[in-house]
Amino acid sequence: MSPRRKRMRRMMNPPVVKGFKPYGQQYDLKKSEPVIILFEEYESVKLCDYEMLNHISACEIMGVSRPTFTRIYASARQKIATALAEGRQISIEGGRVAFDKDWYLCQDCKCYFNNPDMDMEIRKCPLCKSENFKFIGQSTVKETSPDTDEELCVCPLCGYSIKHMQGKPCKDNVCPECKVPLKRNNLL
Amino acid sequence: MKIAITSNGKELNSNVDPRFGRCSYFVIYDTESKSHEFFENPNKNAENGAGPASVQFVADKGVSKIVSGEFGMKIKSLLDSLKIQMIVIKDPVKTIQDIIDMLNK
Ligand SMILES: [Zn+2]
Ligand SMILES: [Zn+2]
Repeated sequence: MSPRRKRMRRMMNPPVVKGFKPYGQQYDLKKSEPVIILFEEYESVKLCDYEMLNHISACEIMGVSRPTFTRIYASARQKIATALAEGRQISIEGGRVAFDKDWYLCQDCKCYFNNPDMDMEIRKCPLCKSENFKFIGQSTVKETSPDTDEELCVCPLCGYSIKHMQGKPCKDNVCPECKVPLKRNNLL
Repeated sequence: MKIAITSNGKELNSNVDPRFGRCSYFVIYDTESKSHEFFENPNKNAENGAGPASVQFVADKGVSKIVSGEFGMKIKSLLDSLKIQMIVIKDPVKTIQDIIDMLNK
């Protein structure tokens, strides 16, 4: 059981909302299922069609190969088109993506902020000093990829992972590169 | 501690500029002396490389935090390596004075 490297797709900005709801329906659409857009799909569209980057730069930023990117991007557009055409809700979730660093959302002043120094614990909002903030960087990102059902201890920064040992807390393992405690993959 | 805030004008009632690299002005606020200074962003109209040049500009002023609306891709890793904290303001739009008041709370 040797440690293995697995690259997590990186996402630089957390989505600003959890999803979108249609309005002004001609008839009751409540029964229709929401379209689930994965974080990585959201990110691919944002990079290409909002930030207007070319696909090569977008692959680099997301840390995926060109064919993988093409697949993610095509899937994203197909889903968005489905939501538009069928008047369905969009829910942004899941995906094998790690935020680049710890990100937090202040519930009071609604600002997002990161933790640039992993050695320091964030105690309050750097702007309004509220203690009412939540961790969004990794806790909202779930591992939904079917090929990784196994439990892993994962580095929240670089995605380095080792197999989780029953009864041994993930945080007892430290990433050899980033020197931060590992976390369970399903909590990422 | 010094904090950079991106501004779309050079008055305290100017709004926070949502762009980092190509913002109109940077306000450097010093939380100890409670003083502020406006600097025109020299990279405002740069064809490319505005982001990294702006990081350099504010890093040279010795800031440890930046308040802006959005940080581009490359900016984030640069700021991470400099250990400069990013504070992202989405809505509602805030003025420079609002931000300074919050920082002084
Ligand atoms: Zn706050
Ligand atoms: Zn690591």
